Amino acid sequence: MRYAYYPGCSLRGTGRSYEESLLAVFRALDVEIDEIDDWNCCGATTYMSVDELTSYALASRNMALAERGHSEIIAPCAACYLVLNKTQHYIREYPSIKIVVTRALETIGLEYHDRIRVRHPLDVLLNDVKPENIAAKVKVPLNGLKFAPYYGCQIVRPYSTFDDQRDPTSMERLLEACGAKAVHYPLKTLCCGGSQKGTLPEVGLDLVHYLLKEAQKNGAEVVATVCPLCQFNLESFQKEAGERHDETSLPVLYFTQLMALALGAPAHTIGLQRGFVPIEPLLTTKEIAYA
Amino acid sequence: MELKRTVKFEADRDPEFARWVSHTVGGERIRHCLQCGLCSGKCPLSLYMDYTPRRLMHLSREGFKEEVLGSSSIWLCTACYACMVNCPKNINVTHLLYALKQRAIEEKRYPRRFAIPVMARQFSDMVRGSGRITESWLVVRVFLRTSFWRLLGMSRLGAKLFLSGRMPLKREKIHRQPEMEKLLDSVAATRKELAL
Repeated sequence: MRYAYYPGCSLRGTGRSYEESLLAVFRALDVEIDEIDDWNCCGATTYMSVDELTSYALASRNMALAERGHSEIIAPCAACYLVLNKTQHYIREYPSIKIVVTRALETIGLEYHDRIRVRHPLDVLLNDVKPENIAAKVKVPLNGLKFAPYYGCQIVRPYSTFDDQRDPTSMERLLEACGAKAVHYPLKTLCCGGSQKGTLPEVGLDLVHYLLKEAQKNGAEVVATVCPLCQFNLESFQKEAGERHDETSLPVLYFTQLMALALGAPAHTIGLQRGFVPIEPLLTTKEIAYA
Repeated sequence: MELKRTVKFEADRDPEFARWVSHTVGGERIRHCLQCGLCSGKCPLSLYMDYTPRRLMHLSREGFKEEVLGSSSIWLCTACYACMVNCPKNINVTHLLYALKQRAIEEKRYPRRFAIPVMARQFSDMVRGSGRITESWLVVRVFLRTSFWRLLGMSRLGAKLFLSGRMPLKREKIHRQPEMEKLLDSVAATRKELAL
């Protein structure tokens, strides 16, 4: 089966290494995707908070486009994943929202039939590809690299059905199939502060610090993330948060970067060089012979 | 010594606001709230709030409009949904917080040059004009309208992002941009027609 692929805006900007590594993982595991033709912004959390009705219409344009020829859509960005799911739920629950969306799509010659299933890469890799098949394709085992599995909020809450909302484990199962080792990380679904770092800076810095400190305390050598905003916050404000509290120095990677590495993708093709806390010394110490 | 009444009277309530709260998307089940406080306990930001989510639930369903719309909590909420998935009565706390934020923006209850409504505005303008968000330009536009000094303070991070290829300056745009305008105009028209 071919999946429709909805990258979202962040994966073309700060989250570029997420897309690079995700596509490398899909290629290595023969997951076939087609990017949605002329997709638009989902509206994200920002739009939701000013004008929810419009954001349902924005999200449904993407789903209507994907429905032409596909039955499943992969949304790697946490905000996109949530917004698409929320839109589906609300169109079903509120007749008035359905009217708004249907009329809006009519004006641009589209129709939404509620026939598409929204999926996250974690879900597809875990339940369609399956960890045992991933393990069989590992070329560069991650030699027990200790990672803190950080999910953030919007993947598992409130609509996801593929994992537990309070204690998700899909990332651990995927990365352990690649030879890495998860550390105990009870803050795995705590919010990173989202865009608060830009709007209410002090609050954002505190949250970033708790998350990094806890990972370090529990022996993590790297933080594995699933969301462009989590990755951006933890990485870009690590130094600033360290100045306010005490210092941490943890590379923050997308889980797909670690997977792609294990599946033999060359480091420079999956955005490892884009990180602010270099990962290469750690890989050398762990004797991970990456390409 | 200035003395101030610390207990709220029933007369301070705004019944219209209470009605609006229980009829808005997300507020339907607010009457079922047990005041158990799980929402506040699970909220990663409640420790910064003047009214924690539990108190906000109670104040809003009783119609204490001034307190609710003037509260810092509605701006602190990051929509992480921890309150909502843990609520034993399945109240859509997060969605209600969104509704309160929208109402506060409509009634312009925020400090001058406050970043959150400015960000929301710039975001929606960019979606209308391009169909997609280019993060670099969004950040610049927000800071130009809120705090120029912070923009300068952010320039080192900006440069690092740019050099690592994570802040492309090329503007992302969809091909069929007129569809965005049609879509957004249609939503506005239906909203008006159905008084949503």
